[in-house]
Amino acid sequence: MSENALEDVESFRARAKEFIHANLRPSVGPSFGMRDVGSMEVELALVEHDRALQRALYEAGLAGVCVPKEYGGQGLTPAHQRALNDAISGFEYPGRFQAPTFSPCMAVLLDFGTEEQKQAHIPAMLRGEELWMQFLSEPSGGSDVAGALTNAVRDGDEWVMNGSKIWTTGAWWSDWALCLARTNWDVEKHRGLTVFIFPIHQAGIEIRRIEMLNGSKEFCEEFITDLRIPDSDRVGDVDEGWTVGTRWMMHERTLMNSSYVTMPAGRSEGGGRIGDALAIAAAAGKQDDPVVQDLLGELEVLELVSNALQRRLGDGMRAGTMSPQASAIGRLFHGSAGVRSGSILFEIVGAAGGAWEDEDGELAERGVDFLMRQIGSIGGGTTEIARNVISERVLGMPRERAVDKGIAFRDVPRGPSSQHSEA
Amino acid sequence: MQPSLEPDQQLLLSTTAKFLDEFAPPAEVRRLRDHDAGFEPDYWRRGAELGWTSLLVSEDAGGGSVSDNGLVDLALIAHEFGTHAAPGPLLPTSIVAGAVSRHDPGHELVGALLCGDAVASWAFTEPVPNDALGTVTVQARVDGGDIVLRGTKRPVESAVQASHILVVAATGSGLTQVLVPTDAVGIERRSMKTVDLTRRFASVTFDDVRVPVTAVIGEVGGAAPAVEEQLQQALAILAAESVGAMQHAFDMTIEWAFNRYSFGRSLASYQALKHRFADMKTWLEASHAIADSAAQAVGAKSPDAAKLASAALAYIGHYGSELLQDCVQLHGGIGVTFEHDLHLMLRRHTLDRTLYGTPAEHRRRVAGIDQKGRNAA
Ligand SMILES: Cc1cc2nc3c(=O)[nH]c(=O)nc-3n(C[C@H](O)[C@H](O)[C@H](O)COP(=O)(O)OP(=O)(O)OC[C@H]3O[C@@H](n4cnc5c(N)ncnc54)[C@H](O)[C@@H]3O)c2cc1C
Repeated sequence: MSENALEDVESFRARAKEFIHANLRPSVGPSFGMRDVGSMEVELALVEHDRALQRALYEAGLAGVCVPKEYGGQGLTPAHQRALNDAISGFEYPGRFQAPTFSPCMAVLLDFGTEEQKQAHIPAMLRGEELWMQFLSEPSGGSDVAGALTNAVRDGDEWVMNGSKIWTTGAWWSDWALCLARTNWDVEKHRGLTVFIFPIHQAGIEIRRIEMLNGSKEFCEEFITDLRIPDSDRVGDVDEGWTVGTRWMMHERTLMNSSYVTMPAGRSEGGGRIGDALAIAAAAGKQDDPVVQDLLGELEVLELVSNALQRRLGDGMRAGTMSPQASAIGRLFHGSAGVRSGSILFEIVGAAGGAWEDEDGELAERGVDFLMRQIGSIGGGTTEIARNVISERVLGMPRERAVDKGIAFRDVPRGPSSQHSEA
Repeated sequence: MQPSLEPDQQLLLSTTAKFLDEFAPPAEVRRLRDHDAGFEPDYWRRGAELGWTSLLVSEDAGGGSVSDNGLVDLALIAHEFGTHAAPGPLLPTSIVAGAVSRHDPGHELVGALLCGDAVASWAFTEPVPNDALGTVTVQARVDGGDIVLRGTKRPVESAVQASHILVVAATGSGLTQVLVPTDAVGIERRSMKTVDLTRRFASVTFDDVRVPVTAVIGEVGGAAPAVEEQLQQALAILAAESVGAMQHAFDMTIEWAFNRYSFGRSLASYQALKHRFADMKTWLEASHAIADSAAQAVGAKSPDAAKLASAALAYIGHYGSELLQDCVQLHGGIGVTFEHDLHLMLRRHTLDRTLYGTPAEHRRRVAGIDQKGRNAA
């Protein structure tokens, strides 16, 4: 094969399969979403295992399939990535790296990073050395991303940052952050933002773990105090953070069919709970109950439709027949299907959903999973915001009245609960 | 419908769309409400010239498609039938032409179906209490050189207009398909009522109808795989037509929302309504996606064809009704009038979600296919 010729998809698939069958373990049982794993030690061991898996994929030439070779990737095509997703179906994979490290974080660096930033971080991500986090949401609000209050002030070749970010999942075991901050309070909301990157574990950042209602402590809040960031760690132009942010949100919404993300085929969340459902039905002895058959069929229908829809949107956006905003359609479907799937699982569980014993096996803890049903409709931007985007940007309906247009951001009304660290 | 088409498919689609705009506008659909056949023979012949009936027939049998997947091409036509709630027995004629031509490329009925001189119907489903999808109680019995049919099929589309009916019957534990001329002795066709304005259905009773065994399409007792394939084709056609109906109703309702004012502003400016349009848009795109996947898979005979075809009907049947009824709701009073066009699409979708299995039946079919796969593994 010459240097320039692309490896063909089928030989790539064969190579991937051979590596995966020889080196990876079958994926263990159903996925438990964001269940509490028990202790910090267990979580850290899982993180280390993901790093090792990512490293192994890198060494096998299976990491960063669509990332250019000069940044440590394979320089191949989305068809190759899909072949890898097929091949890895049913096996363990480094889940913690896919989102947000590879997308949106790596995707944003590829779009807007300087050559030095790309060289410094993308190969390190692909080797499993750097796990990244998105520092977007703040205690004052997450839907209105551009309303960030975290403040960065220039000081020579450095920036000094103060403020706080919140709802980051796993910041306490992650390495780097991609962060949206306010650098100008005297212009309109969208015109005074800038994007920075920095290591998470350093003086100036205090991390507090937040207990979720199911006991998981993966949610974090970061308190940022006089954090110094070299100007070389700025992404995009000063006060042009929303140019970066728009692409960033697009990458976030297209996660499900991003060509930077490795996701075992048939496991796109939202409908991909058929394995859980079958295990629950078996444990409850209800496989042949006609009502359960109907629910199992519905779950699978949602999964098949979800896959077909994500493919359609991906094709349409690549071909330019659909606007990038159409990604919100995939986001809304994913959220709504996830909600319905959660209800279906809980229905099949029956009475053990409310009270159970550990011996109940697959039926145990399902009630707590149900309490967490909405996370897929909140994380990654809510389904309400997706509905706004679809109606306004895809269907062209009138925008909601905006009280934050045409005035300096410092004059935008903020709720009584929003304390901010305005400069 | 796929977001991007090959030029030949684009041409097929646009000629049919133009033809239907001209010859099947809403006023014509309303006029046909009181027409016995529900379509004019000349309209059907001209549609056949555009290729409507040839897409599941191979070239050596006189048919032909514009891409290498005739069912995908036919789904484009079906989609346009949906957007127009167009008249004409597209589904049964296509299914029968395909089935008979695969059995005997030189069969004279195929030529007559291809040029639109004749229409034919496929009789698969049965009346209550045998109306569960796939139940076959009509009996086909070999008697010397004849085959004898007994039992009732319903609903049989355009049965009164058809020159032939391809009947799915049971022979022992197997299935047999028999092509019966509708003038055979012992056939009784009773017209049914239907929600659609232009589609016509009959209940067809076979009272020891005797035809020569040469009328058997395929093997006596060995037709199950062919019947399954025809069913999947029917599902793909229904899915595409239903999505066409959804698309047009959605487009009409969007336009209405921009133009209709209440409290001094357009309906499209209210967030409560915008969010419902966002949901509908999502159901619509998801419906297009699964309908396309189903047509692609069934036409290519891929292993997941059965599952995708049933997933399409389960999803589109349920969410299509949600979408269409919400379009009615968002129109207010005018939405429930005969004068407004919206109900033409509502009728077509409503009919299609009942013809070859309800959404609940298709959900169970999807679950059952899974179960079979696991038991085999
Ligand atoms: C599992 C999980 C993981 C997450 N991971 C991260 C992460 O890694 N990094 C990060 O930065 N954030 C993360 N988030 C935060 C997430 O992005 C925010 O929670 C989300 O964007 C909503 O913001 P909020 O919580 O401030 O709610 P708010 O913005 O206060 O919204 C409250 C409610 O009002 C609705 N609403 C708000 N504005 C409008 C409007 N204009 N029209 C209609 N309805 C509206 C919202 O939809 C929501 O229902 C995560 C969240 C979850 C659940």
